[in-house]
Amino acid sequence: MMANVSPRTDTSADGDIDDKIPAFHNSDGMIVSNASERSRDQKTLRRLAQNREAARKSRLRKKAYVQQLESSRMQLTQLEQDLQRARQQGKYISSSGDQSQSMSGNGALAFDVEYARWLEEHTRRANELRGAVNAHAGDAELRIIVDGILTHYDDIYRIKSEAAKADVFHILSGMWKTPAERCFLWLGGFRSSELLKLLMSKLEPLTEQQMLAITNLQQSSQQAEDALSQGMEALQQSLADTLAGSLAQSNSPGNVASYMGQMAMAMGKLGTLENFICQADNLRQQTFQQLHRILTTRQSARAVIAINDYFSRLRALSSLWLARPRE
Amino acid sequence: MDKVRDLASKKAAVIFTKSSCFMCHSIKTLFYELGASPAIHELDQVANGREMEYALRRLGCNPSVPAVFIGGNYIGSAKDIISLHVDGSLKDKLIEAKAIWL
Repeated sequence: MMANVSPRTDTSADGDIDDKIPAFHNSDGMIVSNASERSRDQKTLRRLAQNREAARKSRLRKKAYVQQLESSRMQLTQLEQDLQRARQQGKYISSSGDQSQSMSGNGALAFDVEYARWLEEHTRRANELRGAVNAHAGDAELRIIVDGILTHYDDIYRIKSEAAKADVFHILSGMWKTPAERCFLWLGGFRSSELLKLLMSKLEPLTEQQMLAITNLQQSSQQAEDALSQGMEALQQSLADTLAGSLAQSNSPGNVASYMGQMAMAMGKLGTLENFICQADNLRQQTFQQLHRILTTRQSARAVIAINDYFSRLRALSSLWLARPRE
Repeated sequence: MDKVRDLASKKAAVIFTKSSCFMCHSIKTLFYELGASPAIHELDQVANGREMEYALRRLGCNPSVPAVFIGGNYIGSAKDIISLHVDGSLKDKLIEAKAIWL
Protein backbone atom coordinates (compact mmCIF):
# COMPACT_ATOMS: atom_id res chain seq x y z
CA MET A 1 0.00 0.00 0.00
CA MET A 2 1.61 3.25 -1.14
CA ALA A 3 1.09 6.32 0.93
CA ASN A 4 -0.17 9.29 -0.99
CA VAL A 5 2.51 11.86 -0.56
CA SER A 6 2.21 14.88 -2.74
CA PRO A 7 5.51 15.65 -4.40
CA ARG A 8 4.46 19.11 -5.38
CA THR A 9 6.42 21.02 -2.81
CA ASP A 10 9.57 19.00 -3.58
CA THR A 11 9.41 19.70 -7.28
CA SER A 12 9.23 23.41 -6.83
CA ALA A 13 12.21 23.30 -4.46
CA ASP A 14 14.19 21.24 -6.96
CA GLY A 15 13.20 23.60 -9.66
CA ASP A 16 14.65 26.48 -7.67
CA ILE A 17 17.92 24.66 -7.02
CA ASP A 18 18.32 23.70 -10.66
CA ASP A 19 17.78 27.26 -11.72
CA LYS A 20 20.34 28.62 -9.30
CA ILE A 21 23.19 26.06 -9.51
CA PRO A 22 24.68 25.35 -12.95
CA ALA A 23 26.44 22.08 -13.92
CA PHE A 24 29.56 21.17 -11.89
CA HIS A 25 32.74 19.14 -12.46
CA ASN A 26 33.71 15.90 -10.62
CA SER A 27 37.33 14.84 -9.81
CA ASP A 28 37.92 13.55 -13.40
CA GLY A 29 37.08 16.93 -14.71
CA MET A 30 33.96 15.55 -16.32
CA ILE A 31 30.77 17.44 -16.27
CA VAL A 32 28.86 14.96 -14.10
CA SER A 33 25.37 16.16 -14.13
CA ASN A 34 23.55 18.86 -15.84
CA ALA A 35 20.28 20.10 -14.40
CA SER A 36 18.08 17.41 -15.95
CA GLU A 37 20.33 14.45 -14.97
CA ARG A 38 20.56 15.59 -11.35
CA SER A 39 16.83 16.13 -11.34
CA ARG A 40 16.38 12.47 -12.45
CA ASP A 41 18.71 11.21 -9.66
CA GLN A 42 16.91 13.31 -7.12
CA LYS A 43 13.55 12.04 -8.34
CA THR A 44 14.77 8.45 -7.91
CA LEU A 45 16.08 9.19 -4.44
CA ARG A 46 12.84 10.90 -3.57
CA ARG A 47 10.82 7.94 -4.84
CA LEU A 48 12.91 5.49 -2.79
CA ALA A 49 12.46 7.64 0.31
CA GLN A 50 8.71 7.74 -0.27
CA ASN A 51 8.65 3.96 -0.66
CA ARG A 52 10.49 3.51 2.64
CA GLU A 53 8.12 5.90 4.32
CA ALA A 54 5.08 4.10 2.90
CA ALA A 55 6.43 0.72 4.03
CA ARG A 56 7.11 2.08 7.50
CA LYS A 57 3.57 3.47 7.76
CA SER A 58 2.14 0.20 6.52
CA ARG A 59 4.03 -1.73 9.19
CA LEU A 60 2.77 0.66 11.86
CA ARG A 61 -0.82 0.30 10.64
CA LYS A 62 -0.52 -3.47 10.65
CA LYS A 63 0.89 -3.42 14.18
CA ALA A 64 -1.95 -1.19 15.36
CA TYR A 65 -4.53 -3.47 13.74
CA VAL A 66 -3.09 -6.58 15.36
CA GLN A 67 -3.04 -4.89 18.76
CA GLN A 68 -6.65 -3.86 18.28
CA LEU A 69 -7.60 -7.45 17.41
CA GLU A 70 -5.81 -8.80 20.46
CA SER A 71 -7.56 -6.41 22.81
CA SER A 72 -10.90 -7.10 21.14
CA ARG A 73 -10.36 -10.80 21.62
CA MET A 74 -9.63 -10.30 25.31
CA GLN A 75 -12.74 -8.15 25.63
CA LEU A 76 -14.81 -10.79 23.90
CA THR A 77 -13.52 -13.53 26.17
CA GLN A 78 -14.30 -11.39 29.18
CA LEU A 79 -17.81 -10.62 27.91
CA GLU A 80 -18.47 -14.26 27.13
CA GLN A 81 -17.45 -15.18 30.65
CA ASP A 82 -19.70 -12.48 32.09
CA LEU A 83 -22.59 -13.74 30.00
CA GLN A 84 -21.88 -17.27 31.07
CA ARG A 85 -21.92 -16.24 34.71
CA ALA A 86 -25.14 -14.26 34.27
CA ARG A 87 -26.80 -17.17 32.53
CA GLN A 88 -25.72 -19.55 35.25
CA GLN A 89 -27.17 -17.26 37.87
CA GLY A 90 -30.37 -17.04 35.86
CA LYS A 91 -30.55 -20.80 35.73
CA TYR A 92 -30.09 -21.18 39.43
CA ILE A 93 -32.95 -18.79 40.03
CA SER A 94 -35.30 -20.59 37.66
CA SER A 95 -34.54 -24.11 38.84
CA SER A 96 -34.60 -23.52 42.59
CA GLY A 97 -38.26 -24.52 42.90
CA ASP A 98 -38.40 -27.86 41.09
CA GLN A 99 -36.07 -30.83 41.57
CA SER A 100 -36.62 -32.41 38.15
CA GLN A 101 -36.16 -29.02 36.52
CA SER A 102 -32.82 -28.54 38.17
CA MET A 103 -31.68 -31.96 36.96
CA SER A 104 -32.05 -31.02 33.32
CA GLY A 105 -30.97 -27.50 34.25
CA ASN A 106 -27.67 -28.95 35.42
CA GLY A 107 -27.26 -30.88 32.17
CA ALA A 108 -27.84 -27.68 30.23
CA LEU A 109 -25.53 -25.79 32.56
CA ALA A 110 -22.78 -28.35 32.20
CA PHE A 111 -23.01 -28.11 28.42
CA ASP A 112 -22.92 -24.30 28.46
CA VAL A 113 -19.74 -24.41 30.50
CA GLU A 114 -18.13 -27.04 28.28
CA TYR A 115 -19.10 -25.12 25.17
CA ALA A 116 -17.65 -21.88 26.56
CA ARG A 117 -14.41 -23.72 27.34
CA TRP A 118 -14.30 -25.25 23.86
CA LEU A 119 -14.94 -21.88 22.27
CA GLU A 120 -12.11 -20.27 24.18
CA GLU A 121 -9.72 -22.99 23.07
CA HIS A 122 -10.94 -22.69 19.48
CA THR A 123 -10.40 -18.92 19.54
CA ARG A 124 -6.89 -19.47 20.86
CA ARG A 125 -6.14 -21.87 18.01
CA ALA A 126 -7.68 -19.56 15.40
CA ASN A 127 -5.48 -16.70 16.65
CA GLU A 128 -2.46 -18.98 16.50
CA LEU A 129 -3.34 -19.73 12.88
CA ARG A 130 -3.84 -16.04 12.12
CA GLY A 131 -0.41 -15.28 13.58
CA ALA A 132 1.20 -18.04 11.54
CA VAL A 133 -0.41 -16.80 8.31
CA ASN A 134 0.70 -13.21 8.99
CA ALA A 135 4.21 -14.41 9.76
CA HIS A 136 4.26 -16.14 6.33
CA ALA A 137 4.56 -19.63 7.82
CA GLY A 138 5.06 -22.51 5.40
CA ASP A 139 2.36 -24.97 4.31
CA ALA A 140 3.64 -27.70 6.61
CA GLU A 141 3.24 -25.57 9.72
CA LEU A 142 -0.17 -24.28 8.61
CA ARG A 143 -1.33 -27.83 7.91
CA ILE A 144 -0.51 -28.89 11.46
CA ILE A 145 -2.48 -26.02 12.96
CA VAL A 146 -5.44 -26.47 10.59
CA ASP A 147 -5.62 -30.23 11.23
CA GLY A 148 -5.54 -29.54 14.95
CA ILE A 149 -8.48 -27.19 14.59
CA LEU A 150 -10.47 -29.70 12.51
CA THR A 151 -9.89 -32.41 15.10
CA HIS A 152 -10.87 -29.97 17.82
CA TYR A 153 -14.22 -29.44 16.07
CA ASP A 154 -14.92 -33.16 16.51
CA ASP A 155 -14.71 -32.62 20.28
CA ILE A 156 -17.61 -30.18 20.43
CA TYR A 157 -19.81 -32.35 18.25
CA ARG A 158 -19.19 -35.27 20.58
CA ILE A 159 -19.99 -33.11 23.61
CA LYS A 160 -23.09 -31.75 21.85
CA SER A 161 -24.33 -35.24 21.04
CA GLU A 162 -24.07 -36.25 24.72
CA ALA A 163 -25.83 -33.03 25.74
CA ALA A 164 -28.64 -33.70 23.21
CA LYS A 165 -29.22 -37.10 24.82
CA ALA A 166 -29.54 -35.42 28.22
CA ASP A 167 -31.55 -32.37 27.17
CA VAL A 168 -32.52 -32.14 23.52
CA PHE A 169 -34.64 -29.04 24.05
CA HIS A 170 -31.74 -27.07 25.47
CA ILE A 171 -29.68 -27.79 22.34
CA LEU A 172 -32.66 -27.06 20.09
CA SER A 173 -33.32 -23.79 21.88
CA GLY A 174 -29.90 -22.43 21.02
CA MET A 175 -29.77 -20.76 24.42
CA TRP A 176 -26.16 -21.84 24.66
CA LYS A 177 -25.41 -19.47 21.77
CA THR A 178 -25.47 -15.69 21.87
CA PRO A 179 -28.65 -13.86 20.77
CA ALA A 180 -27.45 -12.75 17.35
CA GLU A 181 -26.31 -16.31 16.56
CA ARG A 182 -29.75 -17.54 17.51
CA CYS A 183 -31.15 -15.44 14.67
CA PHE A 184 -29.74 -18.02 12.29
CA LEU A 185 -30.55 -21.10 14.32
CA TRP A 186 -31.43 -24.23 12.37
CA LEU A 187 -31.87 -27.58 14.13
CA GLY A 188 -29.63 -26.63 17.03
CA GLY A 189 -26.84 -24.95 15.06
CA PHE A 190 -25.84 -23.02 11.98
CA ARG A 191 -26.63 -23.77 8.32
CA SER A 192 -23.56 -25.08 6.52
CA SER A 193 -25.01 -24.07 3.14
CA GLU A 194 -25.20 -20.42 4.26
CA LEU A 195 -21.69 -20.51 5.66
CA LEU A 196 -20.37 -21.83 2.35
CA LYS A 197 -22.08 -18.99 0.49
CA LEU A 198 -20.32 -16.49 2.78
CA LEU A 199 -16.97 -18.18 2.32
CA MET A 200 -16.96 -18.39 -1.49
CA SER A 201 -15.79 -14.83 -2.07
CA LYS A 202 -13.18 -15.01 0.70
CA LEU A 203 -11.46 -18.06 -0.73
CA GLU A 204 -10.57 -16.64 -4.15
CA PRO A 205 -8.60 -17.37 -6.20
CA LEU A 206 -10.15 -20.79 -6.70
CA THR A 207 -9.53 -23.12 -9.63
CA GLU A 208 -12.52 -23.91 -11.82
CA GLN A 209 -12.52 -27.41 -10.39
CA GLN A 210 -12.66 -26.02 -6.87
CA MET A 211 -15.43 -23.58 -7.75
CA LEU A 212 -17.48 -26.45 -9.15
CA ALA A 213 -16.77 -28.68 -6.17
CA ILE A 214 -17.71 -26.01 -3.66
CA THR A 215 -20.86 -25.08 -5.58
CA ASN A 216 -21.87 -28.74 -5.60
CA LEU A 217 -21.08 -29.00 -1.90
CA GLN A 218 -23.19 -25.95 -1.16
CA GLN A 219 -26.06 -27.39 -3.18
CA SER A 220 -25.78 -30.84 -1.55
CA SER A 221 -25.73 -29.48 1.97
CA GLN A 222 -28.72 -27.27 1.17
CA GLN A 223 -30.64 -30.25 -0.20
CA ALA A 224 -29.85 -32.26 2.92
CA GLU A 225 -30.88 -29.32 5.12
CA ASP A 226 -34.20 -29.02 3.27
CA ALA A 227 -34.81 -32.75 3.58
CA LEU A 228 -34.19 -32.65 7.33
CA SER A 229 -36.40 -29.56 7.68
CA GLN A 230 -39.23 -31.35 5.94
CA GLY A 231 -38.88 -34.34 8.23
CA MET A 232 -39.05 -31.98 11.21
CA GLU A 233 -42.18 -30.33 9.84
CA ALA A 234 -43.80 -33.73 9.39
CA LEU A 235 -42.90 -34.51 12.99
CA GLN A 236 -44.38 -31.23 14.23
CA GLN A 237 -47.57 -31.76 12.23
CA SER A 238 -47.94 -35.28 13.53
CA LEU A 239 -47.32 -34.18 17.11
CA ALA A 240 -49.93 -31.45 16.78
CA ASP A 241 -52.43 -33.91 15.31
CA THR A 242 -51.84 -36.36 18.15
CA LEU A 243 -52.36 -33.73 20.83
CA ALA A 244 -55.37 -32.22 19.07
CA GLY A 245 -56.87 -35.71 18.91
CA SER A 246 -56.68 -36.02 22.67
CA LEU A 247 -58.51 -32.71 23.11
CA ALA A 248 -61.79 -34.34 22.14
CA GLN A 249 -61.69 -36.40 25.36
CA SER A 250 -64.04 -35.89 28.28
CA ASN A 251 -63.18 -37.22 31.73
CA SER A 252 -64.58 -40.71 31.42
CA PRO A 253 -62.27 -43.70 32.25
CA GLY A 254 -62.17 -45.06 28.68
CA ASN A 255 -61.21 -41.65 27.41
CA VAL A 256 -58.54 -41.25 30.06
CA ALA A 257 -56.95 -44.48 28.86
CA SER A 258 -57.07 -43.21 25.31
CA TYR A 259 -55.61 -39.90 26.47
CA MET A 260 -52.72 -41.73 28.12
CA GLY A 261 -52.23 -43.75 24.96
CA GLN A 262 -51.99 -40.62 22.87
CA MET A 263 -49.62 -39.02 25.37
CA ALA A 264 -47.44 -42.10 25.07
CA MET A 265 -47.50 -41.72 21.30
CA ALA A 266 -46.60 -38.05 21.59
CA MET A 267 -43.72 -38.99 23.90
CA GLY A 268 -42.41 -41.37 21.27
CA LYS A 269 -42.50 -38.63 18.69
CA LEU A 270 -40.60 -36.23 20.93
CA GLY A 271 -37.98 -38.93 21.33
CA THR A 272 -37.08 -38.68 17.66
CA LEU A 273 -36.02 -35.04 18.01
CA GLU A 274 -32.63 -36.13 19.23
CA ASN A 275 -32.06 -37.99 15.96
CA PHE A 276 -32.75 -34.85 13.97
CA ILE A 277 -30.18 -32.88 15.96
CA CYS A 278 -27.75 -35.74 15.49
CA GLN A 279 -28.24 -35.78 11.71
CA ALA A 280 -28.05 -31.99 11.49
CA ASP A 281 -24.73 -32.02 13.37
CA ASN A 282 -23.47 -34.87 11.20
CA LEU A 283 -24.33 -32.78 8.14
CA ARG A 284 -22.34 -29.85 9.56
CA GLN A 285 -19.33 -32.03 10.28
CA GLN A 286 -19.38 -33.80 6.91
CA THR A 287 -19.78 -30.53 5.00
CA PHE A 288 -16.87 -28.98 6.87
CA GLN A 289 -14.62 -31.96 6.27
CA GLN A 290 -15.51 -32.09 2.59
CA LEU A 291 -14.74 -28.38 2.23
CA HIS A 292 -11.26 -28.91 3.57
CA ARG A 293 -10.70 -31.80 1.19
CA ILE A 294 -11.40 -29.41 -1.69
CA LEU A 295 -9.17 -26.57 -0.47
CA THR A 296 -5.39 -26.21 -0.41
CA THR A 297 -3.71 -25.82 2.98
CA ARG A 298 -3.44 -22.08 2.60
CA GLN A 299 -7.07 -21.78 1.53
CA SER A 300 -8.16 -23.97 4.45
CA ALA A 301 -6.31 -21.65 6.80
CA ARG A 302 -8.08 -18.64 5.32
CA ALA A 303 -11.43 -20.42 5.58
CA VAL A 304 -10.93 -21.25 9.26
CA ILE A 305 -9.91 -17.67 10.00
CA ALA A 306 -12.82 -16.22 8.01
CA ILE A 307 -15.36 -18.41 9.81
CA ASN A 308 -13.87 -17.51 13.17
CA ASP A 309 -14.00 -13.80 12.25
CA TYR A 310 -17.61 -14.05 11.17
CA PHE A 311 -18.84 -15.76 14.33
CA SER A 312 -16.71 -13.47 16.50
CA ARG A 313 -18.51 -10.54 14.93
CA LEU A 314 -21.88 -12.14 15.56
CA ARG A 315 -20.93 -12.65 19.19
CA ALA A 316 -19.66 -9.07 19.47
CA LEU A 317 -22.97 -7.91 18.02
CA SER A 318 -24.76 -9.91 20.70
CA SER A 319 -22.67 -8.27 23.41
CA LEU A 320 -23.48 -4.83 22.02
CA TRP A 321 -27.14 -5.75 21.85
CA LEU A 322 -27.22 -6.96 25.44
CA ALA A 323 -25.43 -3.85 26.66
CA ARG A 324 -27.61 -1.42 24.72
CA PRO A 325 -29.10 1.47 26.72
CA ARG A 326 -32.76 0.99 27.51
CA GLU A 327 -35.43 3.44 28.71
CA MET B 1 -33.96 -61.80 4.55
CA ASP B 2 -34.88 -63.29 1.21
CA LYS B 3 -37.92 -61.07 1.07
CA VAL B 4 -35.75 -58.05 1.78
CA ARG B 5 -33.18 -59.03 -0.88
CA ASP B 6 -35.95 -59.80 -3.31
CA LEU B 7 -37.61 -56.42 -2.92
CA ALA B 8 -34.23 -54.67 -2.92
CA SER B 9 -33.34 -56.10 -6.31
CA LYS B 10 -36.63 -55.15 -7.95
CA LYS B 11 -35.82 -51.46 -8.43
CA ALA B 12 -32.68 -49.34 -8.74
CA ALA B 13 -33.46 -47.46 -5.54
CA VAL B 14 -35.36 -49.12 -2.68
CA ILE B 15 -36.03 -47.69 0.76
CA PHE B 16 -37.53 -49.57 3.70
CA THR B 17 -39.39 -47.18 6.01
CA LYS B 18 -42.10 -46.94 8.61
CA SER B 19 -45.01 -44.55 8.34
CA SER B 20 -44.24 -43.32 11.88
CA CYS B 21 -40.59 -42.57 11.09
CA PHE B 22 -39.92 -38.92 10.35
CA MET B 23 -36.27 -39.42 9.46
CA CYS B 24 -37.56 -41.77 6.75
CA HIS B 25 -39.63 -38.85 5.50
CA SER B 26 -36.45 -36.76 5.24
CA ILE B 27 -34.56 -39.42 3.31
CA LYS B 28 -37.49 -39.96 0.93
CA THR B 29 -37.62 -36.19 0.36
CA LEU B 30 -33.92 -36.15 -0.47
CA PHE B 31 -34.31 -38.91 -3.04
CA TYR B 32 -37.26 -37.16 -4.70
CA GLU B 33 -35.23 -33.95 -4.73
CA LEU B 34 -32.47 -35.79 -6.62
CA GLY B 35 -34.96 -36.99 -9.20
CA ALA B 36 -34.99 -40.59 -8.06
CA SER B 37 -38.24 -42.53 -7.69
CA PRO B 38 -37.35 -45.10 -5.07
CA ALA B 39 -39.62 -48.01 -4.25
CA ILE B 40 -40.87 -47.42 -0.71
CA HIS B 41 -41.79 -50.32 1.58
CA GLU B 42 -43.44 -49.27 4.83
CA LEU B 43 -42.70 -52.07 7.26
CA ASP B 44 -45.55 -51.14 9.61
CA GLN B 45 -48.03 -51.26 6.75
CA VAL B 46 -47.11 -54.51 4.96
CA ALA B 47 -47.89 -58.13 5.80
CA ASN B 48 -44.47 -59.53 6.76
CA GLY B 49 -43.13 -56.17 7.93
CA ARG B 50 -41.98 -57.58 11.29
CA GLU B 51 -39.91 -60.33 9.65
CA MET B 52 -38.32 -57.87 7.28
CA GLU B 53 -37.48 -55.57 10.17
CA TYR B 54 -35.72 -58.46 11.96
CA ALA B 55 -33.87 -59.26 8.74
CA LEU B 56 -32.70 -55.67 8.40
CA ARG B 57 -31.50 -55.64 12.00
CA ARG B 58 -29.54 -58.84 11.40
CA LEU B 59 -28.00 -57.14 8.38
CA GLY B 60 -26.69 -54.56 10.82
CA CYS B 61 -29.22 -51.79 10.27
CA ASN B 62 -29.45 -49.71 13.41
CA PRO B 63 -31.94 -48.11 13.43
CA SER B 64 -33.78 -50.59 11.24
CA VAL B 65 -35.32 -47.79 9.19
CA PRO B 66 -34.68 -46.02 6.94
CA ALA B 67 -32.73 -48.75 5.14
CA VAL B 68 -31.56 -47.72 1.68
CA PHE B 69 -30.65 -50.12 -1.12
CA ILE B 70 -29.20 -48.94 -4.43
CA GLY B 71 -28.65 -51.38 -7.29
CA GLY B 72 -29.62 -54.18 -4.94
CA ASN B 73 -26.86 -53.33 -2.45
CA TYR B 74 -27.40 -52.10 1.08
CA ILE B 75 -26.08 -48.56 1.26
CA GLY B 76 -26.96 -47.50 4.78
CA SER B 77 -29.18 -45.54 7.11
CA ALA B 78 -29.96 -41.81 7.27
CA LYS B 79 -26.50 -40.85 8.53
CA ASP B 80 -24.77 -42.81 5.75
CA ILE B 81 -27.01 -41.36 3.05
CA ILE B 82 -26.40 -37.80 4.19
CA SER B 83 -22.63 -38.36 4.42
CA LEU B 84 -22.57 -39.90 0.92
CA HIS B 85 -24.64 -37.04 -0.46
CA VAL B 86 -22.23 -34.44 0.94
CA ASP B 87 -19.17 -36.02 -0.68
CA GLY B 88 -20.98 -36.49 -3.97
CA SER B 89 -20.96 -40.29 -4.03
CA LEU B 90 -24.72 -40.72 -3.51
CA LYS B 91 -25.43 -39.12 -6.85
CA ASP B 92 -22.74 -41.26 -8.49
CA LYS B 93 -24.23 -44.45 -7.08
CA LEU B 94 -27.71 -43.44 -8.24
CA ILE B 95 -26.45 -42.71 -11.74
CA GLU B 96 -24.51 -45.99 -11.85
CA ALA B 97 -27.63 -47.92 -10.83
CA LYS B 98 -29.67 -45.94 -13.35
CA ALA B 99 -31.92 -44.62 -10.63
CA ILE B 100 -31.34 -41.12 -12.02
CA TRP B 101 -29.97 -39.74 -15.25
CA LEU B 102 -27.80 -36.63 -15.65
